[in-house]
Amino acid sequence: MVDGALAITPGRGGIFGRSSDAIWRNPKMFLFLLLLPPLLWLGVVYIGSLLALLVQSFFSIDEFTGLVKREFTLKTYRELLHPANLDIIVRTVSTAVVVTLSAAVVAFPIAYYAARYARGRWKAVFYLGIMLPLWSSYLVKIYAWKLILAKEGILNWLFAQLHLTWLLDAVLAIPIIGGNSLSVSYLGTCIVFLYVWLPFMILPLQASLERVPVNLLEASSDLGAEPVKTFRYVILPLAMPGLIAGSIFTFSLTLGDYIIPQIIGSSRLFIGQAVYAHQGTAGNIPLAAAFTVVPIVVMGFYLWMAKRQGAFDAL
Amino acid sequence: MTDAVLLSKVCRHYGSVKAVDGIDLAIGEGEFFALLGPSGSGKTTCLRLIAGFDSPTSGHIEIFGESVDGVPPYRRNVNTVFQDYALFPHLSVIDNVAYGMMVRGASKSERLAAAEHALEMIRLPGYGTRRPAELSGGQRQRVALARAIVNKPKVLLLDEPLGALDLRLREQMQEELKTLQKNLGITFVFVTHDQGEALSMADRIAIFNEGTIIQVGRPEDIYRRPNTRFVADFVGSSNVIPVEFAGLSSQHQWASLRPEAIRIVETGGKQARVVSLNYLGNSTRIALDVEGTRLHALVSSYQPLPDEGDKISVDWDPDDVRVMEGE
Repeated sequence: MVDGALAITPGRGGIFGRSSDAIWRNPKMFLFLLLLPPLLWLGVVYIGSLLALLVQSFFSIDEFTGLVKREFTLKTYRELLHPANLDIIVRTVSTAVVVTLSAAVVAFPIAYYAARYARGRWKAVFYLGIMLPLWSSYLVKIYAWKLILAKEGILNWLFAQLHLTWLLDAVLAIPIIGGNSLSVSYLGTCIVFLYVWLPFMILPLQASLERVPVNLLEASSDLGAEPVKTFRYVILPLAMPGLIAGSIFTFSLTLGDYIIPQIIGSSRLFIGQAVYAHQGTAGNIPLAAAFTVVPIVVMGFYLWMAKRQGAFDAL
Repeated sequence: MTDAVLLSKVCRHYGSVKAVDGIDLAIGEGEFFALLGPSGSGKTTCLRLIAGFDSPTSGHIEIFGESVDGVPPYRRNVNTVFQDYALFPHLSVIDNVAYGMMVRGASKSERLAAAEHALEMIRLPGYGTRRPAELSGGQRQRVALARAIVNKPKVLLLDEPLGALDLRLREQMQEELKTLQKNLGITFVFVTHDQGEALSMADRIAIFNEGTIIQVGRPEDIYRRPNTRFVADFVGSSNVIPVEFAGLSSQHQWASLRPEAIRIVETGGKQARVVSLNYLGNSTRIALDVEGTRLHALVSSYQPLPDEGDKISVDWDPDDVRVMEGE
C-alpha cells in the first residue's frame, strides 16, 4: 500500500461535490433532472400546441363576420370533404406516396454501398455527399431546379443533344403528370421533392443496413438462396425499420411542404399551400387546422399498417 | 473412392498477406476431419474456400470429384455452422431451420415437418415458435446445427462451433456432435483452435500454421509423433530436448518427449532434482533438472510424490522420444 493513502478519499465538499454524491445515491433523481427540460418542451410546448391545433379544427368560422365560433362542430371537417378540398388531399397524398417509393428505390443502392463497401475515406465522402445539399439554402436549391427543369434549361438541352427530345415530349404528353415543361408538371414536382428529401431516406436506411451482419448474408447463400432471395428474405426484412424511418421522413415532409409545389409544378394546390392560404390570407384557421390533421391521420394509419405487416419485427 | 473434399495447391492471398499458401488436402467421405491451428493460421480461410464464400487465388478445389471453381455457395451442396451461429434474428426458430428448404422451393408442410424433425434430433422439440434472441447460447448452437443438417448436405462445415460455449456445455456438445456425425454419415470438416477438442472428436487432424499444413494424421499419430517443434508445442505440451541428450543420433537437432511419458523409478534411469511441483488435481506437474536440462513430467497425483529439492530417478521409453524436423 502507498504510504498515506486512505481507503476512501474525502468528499470534495462544496455544492458540486455534495450534489454529485447525492445524485449518485439517488439515481431516480438523476433521471428526473435529465428528462425534465425535454419533457417540458415536448409535453407543454410541442404536444400542447398540437392539441390546441386539434381543438381548433373542431371550431368553425362564421361566414358573415369571418370570426371563429368557439363551439364544437364537425362543420369544418364536412368542408374538408368538398370535392375541391378532397382533390388537394388526394393530390398531396399520392405525390407523397410516389416520392417515398422512388426515394426508397434510389436510396437503397447508395445506402447499401455505404453500409457494406465504403470504408475510411470513402465513408467520409459518402456522408459529405449526402449532407452537402442540406447545408445550402432550401430556396436556392429549388430555384436552381426550376432553371434545370425549365424549357430553356440544361435538361432540355441535354435531351436535344442526345436526340432524345421526342422521349421527353412523349413523357410530358402523359396526362396529369405531364405539362408544358418539366418545371410546370407534377413530374417536376416529384423530381424536386425526391432530390430534397433523399438524404432523409438514405441515412436511416444506411444505419439499418449497417447493422445487418455479413455472416447472415453468407448463411443465406450457404443455405441455397440466390442473391435475389437473400435480398427478399434477409436484407429487406432487416432493412425494414430503416426503410420505415426514412419513409416517415419523406412521406411527412412531402405532405407538409408548401414551397416546392408553389415554385415547381402546375398551380394546383397541395395541403401545405391550402393551410398557408386558409390561415394567412383567408383567416380560416379551423379549416387550416383540419387540413393539418389529415397528414397526422395518414401517418398514423401508415404506421399502424406497417406494424401490422410486421415491419418492426426486426427491431 | 472419390474424396469428399480435395484441395490441390490452393492459395488465398490478400495482397501480401498469404492467408492460405499452397495447401494439398484430401478429406475422405464420412470422415470427421479437424482443421487445427492457432488464430490466423489459415484454417478458417480454408473452410470459407470450401464453402464458397471466398475463392482461391490459385489452385483447385473439388467436392465429391466435381470442381467447384467459380461455383457460388448457393449451388454447393455444402452447409456451414457459423462460429457465432448467424441465425436470422427476424425469423422464428422453425423458419430458421426451414430456410434452406424454403429458398429451394419445398412446400410449406414438407419443410415444417422436416424442420420439426430436425429440432427433435437436436433435442429442442417445441421450440419452433421462439425467436433466436430468446434462446441460450447452447440452444442457438443446436439450432444452427439443425438448420445445416436438415438440408442433408454432402459436407458439413463447422467453424469453431463450440467456441462460445462454457466448458461443461462444450464437452456435452462434443459428444453429441460425434454421435450425430456417426448417425448421419455426413462428412464433417471442423475448424478449431482447441487441441483437446480436435484430439477427442476428429478421425483425422490437419495442423495449420502460417497458411500451410504442417502435419496430417490420426489424433494418436499427431500426439505421439509430432513431426515438428510447432506441432509438439501446439498439440499438448512437450519437452523439446536436444537429440544428443536423448542418446540418439540424427541429422535433426531436436526431439520431443511428452511430460506424461516420464516416469519416476526406484532404480536406474537418470538422476534428477525436483525444482518445483504444480498440483493440477488428477495429476501433478513436476519441473525437473536432469543433468542441467529442464524437463517437465506429468505424474498421477495418486502416488507418493517427491518434495521440492529431492533427488529422484526418472526414466522413459526410448520409443516415446520423437525426433523432429526443423530448427
